[in-house]
Amino acid sequence: MIAHLPILQVIIPLMAAPICLMLKRTQLVWLFSIIASGLAFAVSILLLQQVMASGVISYELGGWQAPWGIEYRIDKLNAFLLLIISGISTVVLFAAQTSLEKEIPKDKHIFFYVLYLLSLTGMLGIVATGDAFNVFVFLEISSLSAYALIGMGNKRQALWASYQYLIMGTIGATFILIGIGLMYQMTGTLNMHDLSQRLPEVEQSRTVLAAFAFVIVGVCLKLAMFPLHLWLPNAYTYAPSIVTAFFAATATKVAVYLLIRFTFSVFGFSFSFTHIPLQTIFMALGLVGIFVASTSAIYQNNVKQLFAYSSIAQIGYMIVGFSLSTVTGLTATLLHMFNHALMKGAIFLALAAVIYRVGNVELNNLRGLGRQMPLTMAAIVIGGLSLIGVPLTVGFVSKWYLLMALIEQGWWPIAVLILLGSMLAVIYVWRIVEVAYFKEPLNKNSTIKEAPMSFLIPIWVLVIANIYFGIDTRLSVGVAEAAAQSLFGVAL
Amino acid sequence: MLMDLFNHWVVITLMMSGLYIVIAQGNLIKKIVGLAVFQTSVFIFYISMAKVEGGTAPILADGITQYSNPLPHVLILTAIVVGIATTALGLSLVVRIKEAYGSIEEDEIQQQDNQALSESNLEKEA
Repeated sequence: MIAHLPILQVIIPLMAAPICLMLKRTQLVWLFSIIASGLAFAVSILLLQQVMASGVISYELGGWQAPWGIEYRIDKLNAFLLLIISGISTVVLFAAQTSLEKEIPKDKHIFFYVLYLLSLTGMLGIVATGDAFNVFVFLEISSLSAYALIGMGNKRQALWASYQYLIMGTIGATFILIGIGLMYQMTGTLNMHDLSQRLPEVEQSRTVLAAFAFVIVGVCLKLAMFPLHLWLPNAYTYAPSIVTAFFAATATKVAVYLLIRFTFSVFGFSFSFTHIPLQTIFMALGLVGIFVASTSAIYQNNVKQLFAYSSIAQIGYMIVGFSLSTVTGLTATLLHMFNHALMKGAIFLALAAVIYRVGNVELNNLRGLGRQMPLTMAAIVIGGLSLIGVPLTVGFVSKWYLLMALIEQGWWPIAVLILLGSMLAVIYVWRIVEVAYFKEPLNKNSTIKEAPMSFLIPIWVLVIANIYFGIDTRLSVGVAEAAAQSLFGVAL
Repeated sequence: MLMDLFNHWVVITLMMSGLYIVIAQGNLIKKIVGLAVFQTSVFIFYISMAKVEGGTAPILADGITQYSNPLPHVLILTAIVVGIATTALGLSLVVRIKEAYGSIEEDEIQQQDNQALSESNLEKEA
């Protein structure tokens, strides 16, 4: 059983999805999805323990040997990601049933869980697999179910957002496919580990350069890196709240993972950062992304949209850390992936609770909600503080590491810019605090009560995680650092 | 020289026209068509690179020693399935969009959304 953990990680949600269709009763399907996702979470914990204790796990599908058959290769980096994805997915699912009541027609609930589990399968698959073509297949599994999930939103804009995402997402995935094809053409292998050994022999060729360009642009489209982020704000705003909470916390992280995997493991550090001015490009785009997206966030009136823009800004921080191409920089990026998943998971779940009670999240309608829904709004405030990077929250830990990485390189001006970017976060978080705590409640909202327990428990689990991992950083920093070091160990 | 790489020229032509259609057309169905052309170009690309000069179809037979590489064909079979799923999902979204907006033209949809947005803003001010 233990030997088969890598494949169980992916196959549990995959098999659970069609079973949902047979269960027929919504309540049952919901419980079943939680169990499936919870099992995946348990598997990811075991995998992480195993990897930390004894190093890389290689699993050969169907017993076919590695470069020929498909290999699942779990190292510290993807074990960490698997933990984030399956953990958030499980926590979010707890709130799903209550939230869906008001957002999706009853007869579609079962389909929702099926798509949700498929999307989870796709993300776990992308991360677990060690085969480049397999990445594309899982990418499409997760994306196609994501388009359908977003299209389930109750406003018509959801359809339009989903369509736009479909176009952009498919172009991105096809770019990755072209890149993988070019790599295969040059090396005759699809196994990532094998690729990393064979690519250096042909790295001078223009084909490899083209392959690199296609893969990076494709991944950046999926990642919503500025200026390829245009699909994201509407998709997050109009998707059902549960979907937003799940995707905001996980989907972009998976793309960041792919970026790291391809640049560091497959193409190798020296190719990615010395042949191509990747550092300058990513640093610049990351910084511009932080400022443009944070400024846009300040001007939004829909709070979901506000935090969607904030997500793009947070991706900017991850990109800046990545572009440093040092161990500390990469540690900061990995940490921020973990921490951002906790923050955004908590915030978007709390917004789901607000939507459940108020009906929408227009800033005006949040007036005085601090008194009526104290626990929910407190969660948003703590999540917001974490976004800003206040000490004792997780946000502080990752910003701290990012600053350390920048100062280590002597890049003071950029460190200052990062701090300024955080000031912008203060502004948009303050706008919500001001409305929720310092304004009189609206008359029509006077009967609003605190969100039900089915929301409060998962929200506060994430909020407490936000604080806990802000103080006790052994797990997050430990794993992130080890993963970053092992990436450089391979590369150097 | 030109003819040697004939397949690649076809791939590039299809790829660029597909991408151009996606970007330039405002009609949602035409965009999906462009996307399908774009994806198809990649299928042809994979299949062309599988060809080994002088090789036959990869079926074991007496007296034949050189075969074309069958792996890209198999990969592309998967990609074709993905392509069909994408096209089907895209078209069904277009159907729903048509029901919801009464139009499948990008600019008309955008206009309706903007109008809705500015109306809700006006309400707030009032």
